[in-house]
Amino acid sequence: MENDSAIRELVSACVGQTGAPVTALRKIMATHGHITDEHVGIVADVFNLSRADVRGIVSFYSDFSTTPRGRKHIRICQAEACQAVGCRGLTREVSAALGLGLGETSEDLAVSLEGVYCLGLCASGPSAMVNERIIAHATREDLLQ
Amino acid sequence: MSRALVPNETLANALGANELARELGARGYQVVRSGGFGLAWLEPMLVIDGQAYGPVRDLDALEEVALGPVNEIPAIARQRRIIFDRCGRGNPMDYDPAWLLDQLRRSPREIIAEIRASGLRGRGGAGFPAHIKWQTVHDTPAPQKYIVVNADEGDSGTFADRLIMEGDPFRLIEGMLLAGHAVGADKGIVYLRSEYPLAARIFDQAIARARELGLLENFALELFIGAGAYICGEETSLLESLEGRRGEVRSKPPVPAVAGLFGQPTLVHNVISLCSVPGILRMGGAAYAEIGVGPSTGSMTFQLAGNIQRGGLYELPFGLSMRELVEDWGGGTRSGRPFGAVQLGGPLGAYLFEDALDTPLTYEATAKLGAGIGHGGLVVFDDTMDRVRQAHFAFAFCAHESCGKCTPCRIGAVRGKETMEALAAGEYTEDKIAVIAELCDVMEEASLCQMGGMTPIPVRSALGIAPGISE
Repeated sequence: MENDSAIRELVSACVGQTGAPVTALRKIMATHGHITDEHVGIVADVFNLSRADVRGIVSFYSDFSTTPRGRKHIRICQAEACQAVGCRGLTREVSAALGLGLGETSEDLAVSLEGVYCLGLCASGPSAMVNERIIAHATREDLLQ
Repeated sequence: MSRALVPNETLANALGANELARELGARGYQVVRSGGFGLAWLEPMLVIDGQAYGPVRDLDALEEVALGPVNEIPAIARQRRIIFDRCGRGNPMDYDPAWLLDQLRRSPREIIAEIRASGLRGRGGAGFPAHIKWQTVHDTPAPQKYIVVNADEGDSGTFADRLIMEGDPFRLIEGMLLAGHAVGADKGIVYLRSEYPLAARIFDQAIARARELGLLENFALELFIGAGAYICGEETSLLESLEGRRGEVRSKPPVPAVAGLFGQPTLVHNVISLCSVPGILRMGGAAYAEIGVGPSTGSMTFQLAGNIQRGGLYELPFGLSMRELVEDWGGGTRSGRPFGAVQLGGPLGAYLFEDALDTPLTYEATAKLGAGIGHGGLVVFDDTMDRVRQAHFAFAFCAHESCGKCTPCRIGAVRGKETMEALAAGEYTEDKIAVIAELCDVMEEASLCQMGGMTPIPVRSALGIAPGISE
């Protein structure tokens, strides 16, 4: 498949770098949005690892997903500094409005909701991310608009 | 032409700094994207011809948020900014390497002696004397040695690593090159968490700039981006991750200073530990040791977070009390409700209440409380904090982030979480508390690393359980 050769090229470009398999998987996430069985096979092949090794890496890191995320990917910080300023309530409201729990994606792939542990804006919470945009003092409206 | 410093910093950008920079440019200002000062409640904070304004929402109403000369803002002037002295003062890429090149001509022995005299202890959490690690890496013969920087700043309530890497990346590069020269390592890798994309972009630019300046002719400097795992802030897990695997912790010994990355001697330090090094060499180790209290020497980048009026980063000598930090610097809770608790030192840190607020912030005094300073983060809660819920979260977080290698952490955290759920549902019985106490004792005694070993600290402190009562 044409797509496969592009992925293979992307993965091969990481050979020799520090921590290459992790970096290769991160690049697949960035270009493809999620990691498929075929991608696992390619990474295993290029780095001479077993598929089980690569699946083990994929399941370990929370940035890696084996299912597609929503076109709008909402991440709300669930850590202590944001708890102290109401992230639990915010998460409940957003979750109810979307009909999605943390870690879930809508069937039409329009939106997904995920928890995250700390974005480093701990004096200005609750903090959240919508796709690449980072939001301080996040409100329900910021996340749902 | 007026010169406007506009922070290029994640929080300031989230609050509109990029838009302000564009607008100032359109109005004919000479715009310089600087680092942030770390005063979160004033962001976005602009400095125009030495006068500070913040928080700026509207450029036509600047006078309403005028703060006076930037050097006279008490929240900056009263700090002891040794690490952060340059941060916020200009374009971080305008770097003059003369001082660094001069220092790199000193002998390794001399530099390690200064670090020993300074009493510097690791700022990442463990507080281990830095010079012992330096000497060990220096003394261990090997074909290759490494400097590994732990910038996997996952503790809630901390953002010092992010602020310095965004605002003064050359401070970290200085620390790495000096450490590399002292211990005999010519490769350095920064392990940065993926949640900090702006820090990654700015640090990449700084590496390119350092190369142009000829600073990297004898030192290979690399930036590695993590993939979302809190446990990778544990040094051996971080090394596993850097070798491209699951970040499962290793048993120690051997310590990384003897056998670390790819089995070679490796100096693993937190960002702020290495960023303390240039200041130590500038003033001399002995002078640095006079700052602070007793064996807690030097400055600490305290980070005030959570439910707080004036949160942010305050670089101060060790020794002030938590009350001074929370009340005087922080102005109390943001909600306006009475103070409830502070969690000191990240998710594995203790919940401390009103009766502990007069404790001085030193390694020694906090250890007496069964707590620790950690990476210097203080998360403030008001009186609505639910202790049972926070203890539940400590177990739940450990269950979520455990690498799974050792049983006490992998299973203990899940059992603790389930038991806390039963407690929260109203079954608050002595039996259940006894189970929690026993789990805490086992996790503390038998876990391979601090993830499982320190989860009992927030649990016990939130619930008021004494250590060792299960025996």
